[in-house]
Amino acid sequence: MRIAGRKITAKTIAVYATAIIITAVMLMPFAWMLSASLKLSRDVFVFPIEWIPSEPQWQNYVDIWTKIPLALFIYNTSKLTIIVTLLQLLTSSFAAYAFAKLDFPYKNTLFLGYIATIAMPWQVYMVPQFLLMREFGLNNTHLALICLQAFTAFGVFLMRQFYMSIPTELCEAARIDGMNEYQIWARIMLPLSKPALSTLTIFTFVTTWNDFLGPMIYLTKTELKTIQIGLRMFIAQYSAEYGLIMAASVVALIPVLIVFLSLQRFFVEGVASSGIKG
Amino acid sequence: MSISNTASAAGRAPAIPRNRIKVLSKRRRRLQNALVAYSFIAPNFIGFAVFTLGPILFAFALAFMHWDGSNAITFAGLDNFWRLFEDKAFIAAFWNTIIYTVVSVPATLVCALGLAILLNQKIFGRDFFRTAMFFPYVASLVAVAVVWNMIFNPEMGPVNMILYTLGLDPKDMPGWAADRHWAMVTVILFGIWKSMGYYMVIYLAGLQGINSELYEAADLDGANAWQKFIYVTVPQLAPTTFFVTVMLTIQSFKVFDQVYMITQGGPGTSTLVLVYHIYNEAFISWDLGYSSMIALVLFFLVLAVTVIQFRRQRED
Repeated sequence: MRIAGRKITAKTIAVYATAIIITAVMLMPFAWMLSASLKLSRDVFVFPIEWIPSEPQWQNYVDIWTKIPLALFIYNTSKLTIIVTLLQLLTSSFAAYAFAKLDFPYKNTLFLGYIATIAMPWQVYMVPQFLLMREFGLNNTHLALICLQAFTAFGVFLMRQFYMSIPTELCEAARIDGMNEYQIWARIMLPLSKPALSTLTIFTFVTTWNDFLGPMIYLTKTELKTIQIGLRMFIAQYSAEYGLIMAASVVALIPVLIVFLSLQRFFVEGVASSGIKG
Repeated sequence: MSISNTASAAGRAPAIPRNRIKVLSKRRRRLQNALVAYSFIAPNFIGFAVFTLGPILFAFALAFMHWDGSNAITFAGLDNFWRLFEDKAFIAAFWNTIIYTVVSVPATLVCALGLAILLNQKIFGRDFFRTAMFFPYVASLVAVAVVWNMIFNPEMGPVNMILYTLGLDPKDMPGWAADRHWAMVTVILFGIWKSMGYYMVIYLAGLQGINSELYEAADLDGANAWQKFIYVTVPQLAPTTFFVTVMLTIQSFKVFDQVYMITQGGPGTSTLVLVYHIYNEAFISWDLGYSSMIALVLFFLVLAVTVIQFRRQRED
């Protein structure tokens, strides 16, 4: 059989069937979440599953904002995520420029400091880090979470790997033209490093937005909580309100979905390149 | 570079005073260059040193101390270390972490590779499929974990309902997160589902890096699809597999969030993992020295795996 000039073989059909089935399984929890978010709690577990509710409960999406301070949680998380991501991008690309393109004493020693910790699980030093923050009086502040997430070895490493692939001649030519190092970083390196910056943006955004253990340890006051622990608190308080829990979960997913879809083209490239070089 | 230009100019200069000026300016130049470089590094490095390097060193010291976080710190010697062997919860956490790793690393790896090969073919809507596979990786863990718990709810969840309609006896129905024997399975399934899309992307990059001439040569030799996979794809992907294995192993050793949300380490200690135990000892019992000793065990596990993997990589 031929359609639009392409031969349809048994193999093609098998490939499509497999891809569609796996995708359906992968996305099933999200479909279930969306569907349940529009149901009354008592209808959530009705079987066979009614994927499209006959009477969608849009009220769920109104109620969640008053049951818990969801707007405040989203504001807190957005604030944290934006500040952490900006600081991460700025300081990492700044440091990475020196490691990739400048010569200075103790360069390798300092870089080794980063490399040595890149595989170190945060959980190994989360306790002393917490004690240090408490000593600084940063317990129950957003600043603590910013400090612990904004300066990562991963960010510096990722950016440095990318800068290494940009020809050094470009920097030399700029120096001859009278640019100083800061200008070279701002006008030559930054514009060229969009793929790496996008990758780092998504990684940092996703990690910070979805972080759970960090905010759980540091933030005990309700008015400071992030969406993840806020959602967790909501689940604990209203454990039988399935419809509402699902609606709040959908709301918590949306920002990540938007960022992911808008930057995903860069992400796939970025993960691929950083992965292989890593 | 500007430094070497100055250096050669200084070497050619005949008169001593001029030479000395050159040397001085060369030094000043070098100092200036170093200061510029340090100014680039400082913002990140200071934060990194204070909030990461410092606490790491502190963690190693704390493992040999007794401290509850408020009273005086006392030196403990190896007390915390010996305590590990008598702590049933630690032993359970250690083995659970190992089991989680031994099962989920190869399983995720195989799924990721399979997906990558499937989606490396030129099919319509390929980007959509790839994005769909990847999405669980970026989705909020709290949100997807609560869905997971509902779907795998032993009494009402759709998974058991489907098993029931397929004719499984309600007595034999898996209890998933609520069942001692199934809890780890539930956590592992969740982990595979959530992370395989990420490793798929890394494998896709690896596949695209394989020289197509190798496949053409294999075709000439009359190799079938399976032989091409075993003799071309797998060896060519060895560096990617190495990277994926190390990453996955480290991720598995530090698993916490998903356990906390799906099983709370239970029932009993059936899904208690190392990081969970660190968390409990530190922030529930405030036994900071002992929790750091457990953290040290985690560190050495990660280190051992990384070293072994690098050795094997070098031998290959």
